[in-house]
Amino acid sequence: MTLTDWTISETLARLRSREISAVELTQAYLDRISAVEPKVNAFLTVTGEQALQQAKAADSLRAQGEDRPLLGVPLGIKDVLCTEGVSTTAGSKILKGFVPPFTATSVQRLFGAGAVMLGKMNTDEFAMGSSTENSGYHVTHNPWDLKRIPGGSSGGSAAAVAARMVAGALGTDTGGSVRQPAAMCGIVGIKPSYGRVSRYGLIAFASSLDQVGAMARSVEDAALILEVMAGHDPLDSTSMNVPVPNYRAGMRSDLKGVRVGVPKEYFIEGIEAEVEASVRAAIEHLKALGAEIREVSLPHTAYGIPIYYLIAPAEASANLARFEGVRYGARIEGADMWESYKTTRGRGFGPEVKRRIMLGTYALSAGYYDAYYLKAQKGRTLIRQDFEKAFAEVDVIATPTTPRAAFLIGEKVDDPLQMYLEDVFTITVNLAGICGISLPCGKDVNQMPIGLQLLGPAFGEEKILHAAHAYEQSTDWHKRAPSL
Amino acid sequence: MSLTREQVMQIAELAKLELTESEIDQYVHQLSAVLDYASKLDALNTADIPPTASVLPLQNVMREDAVKPSLTREQALENAPSAIEGQFRVNAVLD
Repeated sequence: MTLTDWTISETLARLRSREISAVELTQAYLDRISAVEPKVNAFLTVTGEQALQQAKAADSLRAQGEDRPLLGVPLGIKDVLCTEGVSTTAGSKILKGFVPPFTATSVQRLFGAGAVMLGKMNTDEFAMGSSTENSGYHVTHNPWDLKRIPGGSSGGSAAAVAARMVAGALGTDTGGSVRQPAAMCGIVGIKPSYGRVSRYGLIAFASSLDQVGAMARSVEDAALILEVMAGHDPLDSTSMNVPVPNYRAGMRSDLKGVRVGVPKEYFIEGIEAEVEASVRAAIEHLKALGAEIREVSLPHTAYGIPIYYLIAPAEASANLARFEGVRYGARIEGADMWESYKTTRGRGFGPEVKRRIMLGTYALSAGYYDAYYLKAQKGRTLIRQDFEKAFAEVDVIATPTTPRAAFLIGEKVDDPLQMYLEDVFTITVNLAGICGISLPCGKDVNQMPIGLQLLGPAFGEEKILHAAHAYEQSTDWHKRAPSL
Repeated sequence: MSLTREQVMQIAELAKLELTESEIDQYVHQLSAVLDYASKLDALNTADIPPTASVLPLQNVMREDAVKPSLTREQALENAPSAIEGQFRVNAVLD
């Protein structure tokens, strides 16, 4: 086992015992990036020099007797999060060359805790996608099989964590973009409740759904990153002013007294046989750890995709109106103001982003608003009520994260609707604003990782982290690494 | 629900997106497919259901109207594709 295989907790123990310095550790990760990044393509920017400076600063703090929750730990940051002085593109050509004058709160808190940033991770353009194939720059490859997608939109973050190029990473999740790539790359990814983590400095996709999440190689590591970045931020009025628990303190290894719901709507036709078998086996495993298993119903699950693909594009069409080539990003000059806007946006945005802007513009336009957008918002209420009823009876809900393991690069790229259907098990969580975690629980026939998803009520992160930790402690899926 | 070519061009006009001929053709087909799928929602009875715009139990979040540190003019203009005399340069709006 080399030092880039260590979990964050193992890494911190060795940093604290002075067995290794942050500079040595960061250099080891940079060497690993040089060795495997040409195959994986997980980064948009590698910030090697700054990383070594941050590591040096971490070492001198430690030498002065200081300790912090992530002091000297090298992480990757999804490129939709603004980082002062470091290129931030959201995976879009329209933001090529954009260097933010400020840092996102979530990232700033990691820095405050002593984290080292190794670079900015690839993403589907503006986080719109399920495969990272929509990046305006390059495709990221799944470290378990380079012919396959890593999932998306936080595919760069997930692939880099799995490939041991970073110890952990930040992703963002609007409809599954942390959990789905985590499942497909065989790592842990948590999407916190809406309002748990500040969105300040996150380039907005769908403001009522977006949330920053943590990705790592163990549940404990994801909990640690979340603890550091969660909590109220005056710069984001939708971040809730409620205390952040010590998540790790609540993580026991048994599940006595925990009620786990299994929704029948998640075991449907079209789900891959090994996915169903692995997740059912994982649920039996939870039972063996002491959990009480109950069937629950989330009857409106099937409506999640049409509801989401009206609400998210509607919000995106408004949010992305700001990219008009005046204040930042590229500008392609036209004959007059409107022509400049059209050429800048038409050529700066990629096909999926334009598709969603078009869809959202239509759903919000006069004459169609009631039929599409308002109808979807009412459907959203029904999805919320489904979960409220279920969580009156159970503590957590266990489901597959995705219907299938990672598919081949190029397989679905020309059929957006098929791509959207991949999000069926993750999307309702964002609509309801609740929390969810994905962790590895098996392999399919192609030896690709399968994810178990555990869902909890709003601000019930400690419940899903506890259940996920207990499962993980008694299995070894999370310890397996791809050979690269 | 099937969109016409004219409707797609109209939406692109509202969204201020220049599209190529082949993009228009593609979107006629792809957006129609997504809207078709969205018509699944017609089966939902939402007669007495209020819409959800936000999941949070928050109404207006107020703060003191106080002067605080902010970006300098130079920082705000740093990323502008074109700036002149300390301001963003835009195309002429009036003739």
